[in-house]
Amino acid sequence: MPHPSIAAVETAWSDLRALVGEEHMRASMMEDAVDDVLPQMVIEPGTAEEVAGALKIATGAGLKVIPRGGATKMGWGNSPRGGELILSTRRLNRVVEHAWGDMTATVEAGCTFQHLQETLAAHGQRLALDPLWPEHATIGGILATNDSGPLRVRFGSLRDLIIGITLALPDGTLAKSGGKVVKNVAGYDLPKLATGSLGTLGIITQAIFRLHPVPRESRTLSFATSDDATSHGEGMNALVLAIQDCNMVPTGVQVRAGSGSAPEVDLRFEGTAAGCEAQTEQTMRLESGARRIESPADVWNAHAELFRGSEDCVVCKFSVLPADLGVFLESIRTVTEPLHLPWKLVAQAVGAGYLRFERCDSSAVISVLHDLRKKLETRGGSLVILRCPHEIKSTMDVWGSAGDALALMRSIKAQFDPTGVLNPGRFVGGI
Amino acid sequence: MEARILGQFRAIVGKGLITETSQLHTYECDGLTNLRVLPQAVLLPTSTSEVQAIVRICQREKIPFVARGSGTGLSGGALPVDNGVVISLARMNRILEVDLPNARVVVEPGVINSDVTMRVAPHGYFYAPDPSSQSVCSIGGNVAENSGGAHCLKYGFTTTHVLALEVVLPDGAIVHLGSRAVDRPGYDLPGIFVGSEGTLGIATKVVLRIVKKPAVIQTLLAAFNSTEEAGAAVSGIIAAGVLPAAIEMMDNLAIQAAEASVHAGYPNCGGLLLVELDGPAAEVEHLMEQVGRICTQCGAWEIRVAQSEAERAVVWKGRKAAFAAMGRISPNYIVQDGVIPRTALPRILGDIERMSAAEGLRVANVFHAGDGNLHPLVLYDGRIAGQEERAMELSINILRLCVKYGGSITGEHGVGEEKKMMMGEMFAEPDLETMQLVRCAFDPERLSNPGKVFPRTRLCAERTGPYQPHPLEVAGVAQFF
Repeated sequence: MPHPSIAAVETAWSDLRALVGEEHMRASMMEDAVDDVLPQMVIEPGTAEEVAGALKIATGAGLKVIPRGGATKMGWGNSPRGGELILSTRRLNRVVEHAWGDMTATVEAGCTFQHLQETLAAHGQRLALDPLWPEHATIGGILATNDSGPLRVRFGSLRDLIIGITLALPDGTLAKSGGKVVKNVAGYDLPKLATGSLGTLGIITQAIFRLHPVPRESRTLSFATSDDATSHGEGMNALVLAIQDCNMVPTGVQVRAGSGSAPEVDLRFEGTAAGCEAQTEQTMRLESGARRIESPADVWNAHAELFRGSEDCVVCKFSVLPADLGVFLESIRTVTEPLHLPWKLVAQAVGAGYLRFERCDSSAVISVLHDLRKKLETRGGSLVILRCPHEIKSTMDVWGSAGDALALMRSIKAQFDPTGVLNPGRFVGGI
Repeated sequence: MEARILGQFRAIVGKGLITETSQLHTYECDGLTNLRVLPQAVLLPTSTSEVQAIVRICQREKIPFVARGSGTGLSGGALPVDNGVVISLARMNRILEVDLPNARVVVEPGVINSDVTMRVAPHGYFYAPDPSSQSVCSIGGNVAENSGGAHCLKYGFTTTHVLALEVVLPDGAIVHLGSRAVDRPGYDLPGIFVGSEGTLGIATKVVLRIVKKPAVIQTLLAAFNSTEEAGAAVSGIIAAGVLPAAIEMMDNLAIQAAEASVHAGYPNCGGLLLVELDGPAAEVEHLMEQVGRICTQCGAWEIRVAQSEAERAVVWKGRKAAFAAMGRISPNYIVQDGVIPRTALPRILGDIERMSAAEGLRVANVFHAGDGNLHPLVLYDGRIAGQEERAMELSINILRLCVKYGGSITGEHGVGEEKKMMMGEMFAEPDLETMQLVRCAFDPERLSNPGKVFPRTRLCAERTGPYQPHPLEVAGVAQFF
């Protein structure tokens, strides 16, 4: 793709300014950089139509566009191949409708998760999801990165909660799919296609979700397992499997582990007081060799803690078959011990979690990452690097294999974004 | 069809090739029997490689093909196409693997829905999607239609329970979508494939998620004087923050039909509600009391709670047999499948009643009331000239009403052939064009179940922009296949 001509770019800037208003477009600053790419302009459209219009102008001028919500996860994905314009959804921040009788909500992409939850709580409802950094993260960004947390054990991930979407495409089309009803099979399921697509197919301007009631009661239990810091996670695995095998309905089953510490398991029940009580008793009767311990403060936010502090750390998202979690812990211990590489992990019982390495030497970390990724991929899992120092990102694909469906994914990208306007290069396989 | 091509098909499937007209008639329609097209041939492959070999020939010769499971679909999704072949997956019916520690089951597409549950039930698991046809419909068909059922209010649809698929694409390539572990990097291809009604390729293997059976299941049956009262109870239950496993409603006509057919012992009332709660015993007991109170407050004059498996089976028997039971009270009927936001229920019921009276045609109503999924059954007598057309029009007008109330033209039966002309009433042209971009990526030549789902076909532009290597690739540090 040839570089856009200077004249075309100048025209595009003035067209964009005219579209959204002078005050909603500005030159970029250092903090707008995405990895080593510094876009020239930041635009903040106020309506979905303006988002679509801005994309059309950018596409026409050959400009690359990087969508942005709350900017909490801009480092996720591979480094972009380029990007002249940041399109921020910051001003699309309304909860359009809370149809509480129907338990659905329509919300604009730039609305923060926290604002949405506060609005829904007025009628005793919630979006049953617990993403990272809810006070800043926006609905659009959470969808684009398919973020989730401990609640997915019971309520699934975003694909199970989203029922409608509006997408702005690079050619300026504004397209809706799905709808406002929970049950709907009319047409292709674009809400699912857009979820987790990292803004590479279109910019999400609005989404519709199914909601759940805010539970009346919540009870958290934590356990030390029969494992110690050197054992292979059998005790932890036994406890997690026992919990899942006994007809209880927890809304959180979480494993915390790390170098130099024995794995611990957290369990949460929500619902009526009687239900929480009965399930707590049932858990205490499980014969798994586990010992109840005091739950650490804010334990259901433990995954967010892994991102705290040092910019030098490496944080990955991994996915593994649920019953392989113990084996995976063992693999981590085996590959990190000879290198004295400190690590920490928070996993949900569905088999998804986050893993952090303190950096000692980047070549050591890289070999560990390759090693673990290979082990996971062989068994249907994955390892995606979310945060790492530049020298790792410039030598490793953060996503890993997309398998034999990659060609199909490329075809989908080519249909939605034939000239590669949106987030070029950041997604799997260089999409 | 040319003998040359038939010969090639025969070389692949042997006796699994049907060309006799009398036998082809079996495949000329699915559960929507008023639309019929005779296929050129029917093929019954027994393996993925046979499916692939067939599709390759279709691709080379530009022969459209329609995949078919058990043929129970109600929207004409498996209706053959002119000059095309039908690929029946009925002989690919093995359960390949049961992985209990991970709660996964791997099946071929021809496996019958309820056989999955039957296989894992001894271990305390079940396969949650439960369309009323579950004892005969196939997993492959469920995947195509994203089938639901009474219990999807709590447990979700087929798409919730499909983790991965092996698919033969319309160009003959075999690809693997999704993974046994969650959140595979890349686009959610199982998410887009499930519910695509056979237009994106043929699933040859499906990895399903199974669910642990709840500790306790209780089903409440409540009799009301009217569907309005029953509808108010549904709203009350949801507003109280209770999420039942299922809430079903039947009106008097539907009750009469079910009674005549399977003698479920339903009270003769204006509106019947079935509410099923499941979960931990303490939770269910507490909530069931609450549900009972809400029903009584809304005017229920009889409430029964089925506790044993046998009692529950009887209660459900009437509901699951409701469609077929219409034959007892009417020579012919049309089943519709619309969805409305739940709160619009009382208004739409009033509208349907008025429309029914104006047309002089009876409409029986069976709903998945918890999620607003209506199944109005328009009764008519095909022997009376013009009645079928009027019934058809009435059923279409009910769907229009669903769209007007902010709902959908189909909740679980699919668009297929029957409702493709309604898509334009629910979606704008750019919406439909955008959906078809997906079709263009999977099946640019439109050989896989062509002409279904969309009112008009988008011409697929060759939109592969020049491939630009990622800097990592240029640097030789990463390979992107």
